[in-house]
Amino acid sequence: MKRPARKPRPRAAEPEARAKAQKPRGRTNAYFTHHLWVLVSSLGQLWRTPFSTLMTAMVIGIALALPAGLYVLLNNVQQLSSGWEDSAQVSLFIERDVAEKRILALADRLRNWEGVAEVRYISREQALAEFRELSGFGDALDSLAENPLPAVLVLRPTPAQAEPAAMGRLLERLRQLDAVDQAQLDMEWVRRLNGIIEVGKRGALLLGVLLAMAILLVVGNTIRLTIFARREEIVITKLIGATNAFIRRPFLYTGFWYGLMGALIAWLLVVGFLILLSGPVTQLSFLYDSQFRLAGLDLVTSLSLLLSGITLGLAGSWLAVGRHLQAIEPE
Amino acid sequence: MIQFDNVSKRYPGGHEALSGVSFHIQPGEMAFLTGHSGAGKSSLLKLIALIERSSRGQVFVDGQNLSRLKNRHIPHLRRKIGIVFQSHNLLFDRTVFDNVALPLIIAGYHQSEVGRRVRAALDKVGLLNRDKAYPITLSGGEQQRVGIARAVVNRPPLLLADEPTGNLDPALSREIMGLFEEFNRVGVSVLIATHDHDLISRLDHRLLTLSGGRLVRDGRTTELAASA
Repeated sequence: MKRPARKPRPRAAEPEARAKAQKPRGRTNAYFTHHLWVLVSSLGQLWRTPFSTLMTAMVIGIALALPAGLYVLLNNVQQLSSGWEDSAQVSLFIERDVAEKRILALADRLRNWEGVAEVRYISREQALAEFRELSGFGDALDSLAENPLPAVLVLRPTPAQAEPAAMGRLLERLRQLDAVDQAQLDMEWVRRLNGIIEVGKRGALLLGVLLAMAILLVVGNTIRLTIFARREEIVITKLIGATNAFIRRPFLYTGFWYGLMGALIAWLLVVGFLILLSGPVTQLSFLYDSQFRLAGLDLVTSLSLLLSGITLGLAGSWLAVGRHLQAIEPE
Repeated sequence: MIQFDNVSKRYPGGHEALSGVSFHIQPGEMAFLTGHSGAGKSSLLKLIALIERSSRGQVFVDGQNLSRLKNRHIPHLRRKIGIVFQSHNLLFDRTVFDNVALPLIIAGYHQSEVGRRVRAALDKVGLLNRDKAYPITLSGGEQQRVGIARAVVNRPPLLLADEPTGNLDPALSREIMGLFEEFNRVGVSVLIATHDHDLISRLDHRLLTLSGGRLVRDGRTTELAASA
């Protein structure tokens, strides 16, 4: 700007020259200071209305805790059942007329198969003795003329083999052996359970998507109300030369705080539930002679919970800000 | 500093607030804008700060053609213009200091620089000792002075005022006008919309008179007393 020759200035104008000299270095610095200031002051603003802030954060927290908690529980069940899947075994029921020598030879052959970790032979007599002992039908068995039980080869697959498709192929091969009457996978139901868990996980994901949308709406609506409450302030700052980015900033940070607080509440809720559940679960698994302990929230899950809370908070406020801030102009 | 070239402003609905207005205010000049309410004073000021755009004709501020200025550049235009409102437009949940500091924070000044400039501006309007007060605790004249401090803290080359003495008694009004003259003396261009003839007839500055959206007179304030 071209100014006319200056008359002697009052002292208020005097520091200008100095200020101009130091501006370039100061500005980027000031930019971050400003961001920090907005971050803190938007938290302060929320702090001034603790009740309504807490209500919004609680809604977000509960909405996040539901899918997160479900996910953690399903993970636990899956971990438990994967332990069972490792102990899966295949029972080969041998045709009754096959001689013991041939069965032992077959067992030797099977030990060399890929994917077979161990083969155990249970002769017809052993099977009968075991059955007599376990079933309590001893007297009934005595009345039979002949041992009705077949000899059994119990096959334990290697852990790699426990994967369903590989297991299916192994079973198919076993069934084609001449001496084998029936090949039965004892752990079929574990796979079915796994299938159910997968369905559950997908359900948790869908529930999560739905609740994420709810969070967007909750944050968006809260920010919308804040924008309207501070309408006058927005108009004034626009008149003074504030850019849209400047005006947007405190609202985005408010959304950030809502998301963060909601995620922290969700984390506390899930951890609380797990603590409450872990006692009975430990007791239950003790009754089953199991070492199973309920696994808590690991670092990765915790971090992604925090991150998704923050992302949803920011996205929700972005939606509200984008929609409502443009409309507020000085008149 | 401000140049109007055959500017018209028509509002949706057909009301024409300004028609064919042309004038030029030089850098460093001080001028009054007067006319009855509804004559178009506020519309004219709004065109300068791009609160509204002209329907016809061209407005130049500081050499910039406003009809070609994109919306996203409006904030940078407004930083060159200090605006003083009749209703002060202060933020009542912030201290005097924070109100005056706002333009500097918007412009991204460093913290230490902000403090120095705010104190200088408050000193100028005689409110240095009230920096921690909230606007609500101040009198009308003091609030207006805070508004002025905020308008000049950024050292804009142009100062606009819309009825700055509207709610003040004559003594306070003279004091406020004195402040504007002081800023003008250090090179700031000043345009003040007012209908207070008594007040401006005592001063010797340029006077633009609007009537029914037309510029009907462009002379000196001293002529006002003679014609009245």
